[in-house]
Amino acid sequence: MEFPRGDERVSADPDFLEQVAARSGEKIAACYQCAKCTAGCPMAAETDLTPNQVMRCIQLGLRDRVLGASGIWTCTSCTTCTTRCPRDIDLARVMDTLRAIALESGVKPAQPQVPLFYRIFLGLVRRGGRQNEVPLMAAYGLMTRNPFKDLLLGQRMFLKGKLNPFGPKVRNVEQVRRIFERAEARSRDARKSTRDKSERAPGTPAGDRESAEAGEAWK
Amino acid sequence: MEVAYYPGCSLHATAKEFDLSTRAVCGALGLKLVEIEDWNCCGATADHAMSDDLAVGLAGRNLALAARQGMTAVLAPCAACFGRLKHAAKALAAGAGELPDDLDDQAAAAVKVYNILDALLHLVGVERLQEQVTKPISGLRPAAYYGCLLVRPPEIAEFDDPENPTSMERILGAVGAEPVEWYHKVECCGASLAVTNTPSAVRLVADILTHAQSAGANCVAVACPMCQTNLDTRQAAAGQRSGAELDLPILYITELVGLALGLDPKQLGLGRHIVDATRLVKVAFEHPEQPAAAGG
Repeated sequence: MEFPRGDERVSADPDFLEQVAARSGEKIAACYQCAKCTAGCPMAAETDLTPNQVMRCIQLGLRDRVLGASGIWTCTSCTTCTTRCPRDIDLARVMDTLRAIALESGVKPAQPQVPLFYRIFLGLVRRGGRQNEVPLMAAYGLMTRNPFKDLLLGQRMFLKGKLNPFGPKVRNVEQVRRIFERAEARSRDARKSTRDKSERAPGTPAGDRESAEAGEAWK
Repeated sequence: MEVAYYPGCSLHATAKEFDLSTRAVCGALGLKLVEIEDWNCCGATADHAMSDDLAVGLAGRNLALAARQGMTAVLAPCAACFGRLKHAAKALAAGAGELPDDLDDQAAAAVKVYNILDALLHLVGVERLQEQVTKPISGLRPAAYYGCLLVRPPEIAEFDDPENPTSMERILGAVGAEPVEWYHKVECCGASLAVTNTPSAVRLVADILTHAQSAGANCVAVACPMCQTNLDTRQAAAGQRSGAELDLPILYITELVGLALGLDPKQLGLGRHIVDATRLVKVAFEHPEQPAAAGG
């Protein structure tokens, strides 16, 4: 991991700490860098920003460094960090918040296949109310241009009666759609306020606007 | 006793054997499962990574439907569903999030959510379970694997010790198995990244399984379809990665309990695993003579 040093100029967003703290409801300023989160993190060995480094970067207002990190996408949501934090900070929740802000503000995700998978997953839930591995894996395979990745495994599972391509849908799928629509409306509001904030903050690059659309989680 | 049943999407597909064995075992133990009418996906990892409102709405709808059916408790065998439903119940009780107008938020918040271990221990009871054992599975030395979501975060799961849980061992002991002592009970298997970051998931699977094996386990007991699928389907790759010869059947706790209750292994779904689990039936019921006392 590299931290900027020497002559390198780093742009900090003084509002970022407040923004993430308010959105997540977590006292991020309380982190005193004991690194117990990182000691238990299953992904710490292969990430660019470990959990405690993510927390420190938020405290320092290093908005782009955090939102562009692969660490927020390699998080497995196992909540070991949350469970062990002596300052009672729910780090897994902070990671959720960072992913949401990253997508809303149009920063290109360091591991785009992760939000892509979520988007396909939620798209299927929106349409049918339930998840089904067959269209999920087919769509993911096509969109990552690697349709044969788990095909052999899929075949074996099918033969074991473990795949059900024609699973039933939810009858009142309209109700499920309303849940999505309400969540979307709330997210639009949040995205607007995120953009307003980032426009106000001096020295904050606008990010990769093109990927903003890809970042709309459930479209 | 009647309990609402929330199978979740995977118990109708990749975890069919979890569904079969849960229904069979609960039936045999006098727990009547009533599937929630028109249930929907709880959102799993995808929704809370994206939106709080979606997470509470999707999982909460199922609780409201259960309440509408007159149920006060719901069994969610999938550990991920269990976590999402409990999270939604808590959020709705606290007024954080809301359901569509035709659903009752407060009724949903009042539904008590059980995972399968909790249901076996507290809705059935160890004594009752023990009484019904007809074929103790004494040849089995399972590594009880809890993973993340059964016990974490403790404020949501409110179930067992988040670092060293023992409920699965209590159930396994009651049906005659000898669970091993080991140190990877609650390590994450990486299932949420198994598709998008496969090599990372394989690394975590290899770590867990090599430790289970070196602790003397001859199978792994799980209560989560994500863990089962990940440990079972990625085991060959994990063996290649670690250089260890891994051959550990990954069994749902309900399959093990079902065997001990004398239920048909086929009915329990034992033939559906990728790493062969059927030969374990033979091992389970072998009752080798107790070895003579040391030096005797």
